[in-house]
Amino acid sequence: MKTFPIGGIHPSDNKEWSKDKAIEVIDLPNEVIVPMIQHIGAPSTPLVQKGDKVLTGQLIGQATGFVSANIHSPISGTVTAVDAFPNGQGQRRIMIAIKREGDEWMEGIDRSTEHKRECTLSAQEIVAKVKDAGIVGLGGAQFPTHVKLAIPDGQKADTLIVNGVECEPYLTSDYRNMLERAEMMLTGIEITMRALGVERAIIGVENNKPDAIAHLNEVIARDSYRGIEVMPLKMRYPQGGEKQLIAAVTGRQVPPPPALPLSVGVVVCNVSSAIAIYEAVQKNKPLIERVVTITGKEIGQTHNFMVRFGTSLDYLLSLSGGLPEGDVKVLNGGPMMGRAIVDTTAPIIKGCSGITILSGKEAARGKESACIKCAKCVSVCPMGLEPYLLSRLARLQKWDMAEEHNTIDCIECGCCSYTCPSNLPLLDYIRIGKQTVMTNIRARAIANKK
Amino acid sequence: MNTLVLTVLTLSVLGILLAIILYFVAQKFKVEEDPRIDEVEKMLPGANCGGCGFAGCRAMADALVTRENIASLFCPVAGDGVMKDIAGFLGKVAPEKEPMVATMRCGGTCQKRPKVNHYDGALNCAVVNTFYVGESACAFGCIGYGDCVDACKFDALHLNTETGLVEVNPDKCTACGACVKACPKGLIELRKKWPKNRAVYVACRSKNRGAVVMKACKAGCIGCGKCEKVCAFGAITIENNLAYIDFEKCKLCRKCVNECPTGAIHLENMEPLPKEPKVVKSAPKSEEVAK
Repeated sequence: MKTFPIGGIHPSDNKEWSKDKAIEVIDLPNEVIVPMIQHIGAPSTPLVQKGDKVLTGQLIGQATGFVSANIHSPISGTVTAVDAFPNGQGQRRIMIAIKREGDEWMEGIDRSTEHKRECTLSAQEIVAKVKDAGIVGLGGAQFPTHVKLAIPDGQKADTLIVNGVECEPYLTSDYRNMLERAEMMLTGIEITMRALGVERAIIGVENNKPDAIAHLNEVIARDSYRGIEVMPLKMRYPQGGEKQLIAAVTGRQVPPPPALPLSVGVVVCNVSSAIAIYEAVQKNKPLIERVVTITGKEIGQTHNFMVRFGTSLDYLLSLSGGLPEGDVKVLNGGPMMGRAIVDTTAPIIKGCSGITILSGKEAARGKESACIKCAKCVSVCPMGLEPYLLSRLARLQKWDMAEEHNTIDCIECGCCSYTCPSNLPLLDYIRIGKQTVMTNIRARAIANKK
Repeated sequence: MNTLVLTVLTLSVLGILLAIILYFVAQKFKVEEDPRIDEVEKMLPGANCGGCGFAGCRAMADALVTRENIASLFCPVAGDGVMKDIAGFLGKVAPEKEPMVATMRCGGTCQKRPKVNHYDGALNCAVVNTFYVGESACAFGCIGYGDCVDACKFDALHLNTETGLVEVNPDKCTACGACVKACPKGLIELRKKWPKNRAVYVACRSKNRGAVVMKACKAGCIGCGKCEKVCAFGAITIENNLAYIDFEKCKLCRKCVNECPTGAIHLENMEPLPKEPKVVKSAPKSEEVAK
């Protein structure tokens, strides 16, 4: 069975807590707060004002830059504020608060459950629809999908890789999507293949999800989806990383940044994003909801909820029996790459595939001691970097040296911090190094242009 | 015996020969350098802190000697006196600058700005800043892991463990500006150094609206504008719900200090003005705040 060539770890997957919970459509919240930044790139511009009436699926945030995405109203009702609200990290960002009045949808959105497979649109039309629908990568990176699908002149893709790995422990939203919405997903993949002009699509799924692999194979055979195959992969974190997945599936190595996967003829797309593409192209439905896993060992009930964006985390927690007693760590995402949330009034956004709740004891870091030069971090780094060195250089603020040692290649998977026997916060420092070096490179590029 | 003489002789001849070669090589590759650079370097403090904008004192000395106009060059560590001496030595016009001092503009102590979460990562302000707003609910306040303390080469900054805030020792501070760069929240400002280390400044950087500030911190500026109204010199401006005292215009009259409802305006090394009679009613309240 295939996997990526270097590094990686094997954390316990902890998926048993929520993997058997079917996707539940929850009662709509009475109020949503929709952030104007739910993608990487520039924030969108609000198109509504306080007091405006909006319908479900109405465009309320216009994409401003090339790498930016539209934002649509997830419910119908009245806009109560366009103001700065705290996000999960406590930072105040521009968001639109909407009070719900019923659930009236925009005209033209097909809400029937009927499956529509036929697609005769051209590549440009598909990309335009995806762009209008504000689709971003739902695996967590939130990269606008239309940018990925629009292949620049002179470049060519030959393979679409669909990311069904979900290597992050605890999370099961992609898994449930593969089991329950396979037809939509496969049609979405077909449409994406059409947009890219590729003949081959490979769905990478880790072998800890044998039923998903079997189900997908069954549907592919039954409905004769041509050119799509499912590739079981050996379970290893961070297989869901774009470069790792490409290496695992095709054996090709993506060159260091700024090169994109397209330079080796590959485009990667998440399974949940494929469903969003299907809905956007075939049903005219913008991206306004997603599956969010609520999980953790200590939480009362675990769920896989279908959540409209902007729903507050408090509301989801109240449906799951509330937070457990004592100190807890609430993560937007899983325990490896998830970001801790300090404000539970924060809204769910496009990139949130799950909420993991760890007890204070589980989440506590060990006591930090000196580096013993065991090089474990080097052996687990999937990018072939030297985390101990990069972390040290960032601590000493030797940005030039950090750049020489390719700190910007770091994918922030956290394998180094996970494996360190001295409990060093390696990634914490590498992240600063990476950010500073990126800023320096950008500043240099601007200076050179002048 | 013979061997000994021979050895001494050979080595001496070799030494003399090499010395001659070295002499000519040195003549050939001689670098002309202004001897005054050495002199000026000796006059500079030698801290190599980079506060002047150059890589170190040697680079600064080089610039002072070679540039014709040195008005833009200033060593904040040495101060006015030394700069005048150097300018006199070089026969140039000295730059004139008022002495400055680093000022930490956050008054959110542990008591006034309670912690709402527990941070477990690397103890470094810059790291915290990449993750989230910090342990309190204020997104603008001091994180308190002392990046500025580490950056200070003059032992002028210290972390007060009782308040959780960094304090500046104005006598040791040279206004080199290293801490200003180190603070990820941009809390430290170089302000005019008054005699006897007196100072009046707004100890808050929160641009949030009053209600949000009050929820997070009891010592924050709520942007009410009372200080702006009372200031007779037009030194106080309110922008983005935050008051700022311009130290160029401020005359240390202290009227604003009594006006501030949250105590965000800090007064240092000076007695506050006596309270006016009409404020007496609310006097017990302000005592509570002081506690």
